[in-house]
Amino acid sequence: MKWKVPSWGLLVILLAAGAVLQLAIHLEVINAYWALVVTYMCIAVISSLGLGIIYGFSGQFALGHAAFMGLGAYTAALITRYMGVAPWTFAIALVGGALLAGGVAWLVGLPILRLRSDYLGIATLGFGIIVRVLFENSDKVIPVTAGARGMTGIEQPDFVFLWAFLLLLGAIIVARNLRFSSPGRALLSIREDETAANLMGVDVVRYKTIAFVLGCSYAGLAGGLYAHTFLFLHPSNFDFIKSFDPLLIVVLGGLGSITGTVVAGTAWVAVLEGLRLVLPGEVLEWRYVIYPVLLIAMMLTRPQGLFGTSEAAILRPREAEAPAAPALATEVTADGTHP
Amino acid sequence: MAPILEIIGLSKHFGGLKAVSDFDLTLHEGDLQGLIGPNGAGKTTVFNLVTGVYPVTTGDIRFEGQSILGQEPWMINQRGIARTFQNIRLFPNLSVLDNVRVACHAHGGYSTLEAVARVGRYRAREREITERARNLLGVFNLLGRQDEVAKNLPYGEQRRVEIARALAANPKVLLLDEPAAGMNPSEVGALMDLIRFIREQFRLTILLIEHQMRVVMGICEQITVMDFGQVIARGKPEEIQNNPKVIEAYLGRGVSYRTAL
Repeated sequence: MKWKVPSWGLLVILLAAGAVLQLAIHLEVINAYWALVVTYMCIAVISSLGLGIIYGFSGQFALGHAAFMGLGAYTAALITRYMGVAPWTFAIALVGGALLAGGVAWLVGLPILRLRSDYLGIATLGFGIIVRVLFENSDKVIPVTAGARGMTGIEQPDFVFLWAFLLLLGAIIVARNLRFSSPGRALLSIREDETAANLMGVDVVRYKTIAFVLGCSYAGLAGGLYAHTFLFLHPSNFDFIKSFDPLLIVVLGGLGSITGTVVAGTAWVAVLEGLRLVLPGEVLEWRYVIYPVLLIAMMLTRPQGLFGTSEAAILRPREAEAPAAPALATEVTADGTHP
Repeated sequence: MAPILEIIGLSKHFGGLKAVSDFDLTLHEGDLQGLIGPNGAGKTTVFNLVTGVYPVTTGDIRFEGQSILGQEPWMINQRGIARTFQNIRLFPNLSVLDNVRVACHAHGGYSTLEAVARVGRYRAREREITERARNLLGVFNLLGRQDEVAKNLPYGEQRRVEIARALAANPKVLLLDEPAAGMNPSEVGALMDLIRFIREQFRLTILLIEHQMRVVMGICEQITVMDFGQVIARGKPEEIQNNPKVIEAYLGRGVSYRTAL
């Protein structure tokens, strides 16, 4: 008999841990720099979970994730700019950022989600570049974004880490619930064999759209948090090159694994920032050599990613949800090869 | 009785290649018909046209009296035409149970929102889907394999999962594309029993493509023979066996032994 933490019990423990960590940040037991790092971990994981839904679940190779994160970031920053950073206005800003990113994803998806893998990658890549140019010239329409000079003057809301942490828990729960459901299985079947899924009654375009919109909303949400953590937005933060960060995290963790994405996303930020402490200043830029080497070694030794497609026990559906063997099972033996 | 599936003057041209031309076929409820012909005759193309994979060039396909031309494959599946594939196309990395549950999806009856929030119809419907899928696996003797990843199953079992998956959509018409391909004689015997059995159990109308004459002659009540995209013969198994056109299509023009020398 395996020992298992009840899922609500774990949730309470996690909530308590998040509150304690926030308190430590508030009392400056953890310095401001590391507070940024742990908050960024949450943001990176939320964004990557979004790409996990798009690429890991439904198998759509999309390369525009940073652009959607940027849309969410600028939207949220503009909302708090005019409405302030009270908890409720911050909530509106985050929701607004996520909704805008999701809405744009839906519009963009209308023509391009009919494309398959490689073509979709190129189309979303192009979209990412367009959005960057849009940000660079946005000051012509909305002067406060300051275009290519970067947007400043974003106020920091209270307890931004706790916000990020709670939203991360929510993002994990939503992704997990989707994964173990009928629509979730429809997404997985598209990843496995799009034509067969279509022929088995799965409305492929509809479910690809659902995955794309939901995943991009995650990016938009992460963007809103990003804006209010770092308080400075520059178009280069959302360059198409940045779309590779969540892509690497998702592939490293194991395509389709929520557990893998969470672990890889956390480790990604930890290693990037950890190396900053370990390496002396003059070789700091070697981080970007060490990193790719780690990636190559990883892909050679474990191409399926850290977790493959498996999930931690706590994320899997409980056995109790599956009904007992039906009566029909033993009744018929139409096939004699396996009595 | 009105036919359940009616294919009228169906043609499909790929550029200059006439893959199927002026093809007719009528299936009545409960029929078990065979579609045979040499390689490249256009049999699988007919399946692909009926299930909406390719757009039709000319002609009409009527299911239960209504034309299904121009409909997406998933719509046609939901209306009641399911199929299997010549080269097995399971979802390789999903479990056997999930492979079947995917095909129950259309009848899932709950929204993505309900799934994500775990509210509303989610729990009850999910239980129904799982039960339905497990029932089917039971029929195909695959219940013990439900948690295995589909690609790890032996070939014969993969074929059975594919049929189970096709049935999960609750079809009225089942199209089987070479179900006996790659099977040994004892597996073929079991398969024939299985096909007869599911036809009764699920009240199916079946059209099957097959190269193994034992299967075709053994279970089909009516056979249509195709060659170069056209129907060259149609009739009961014994009529087909002795039809000179069919023999010619398979073996070439009758050259007498003497001339060959």
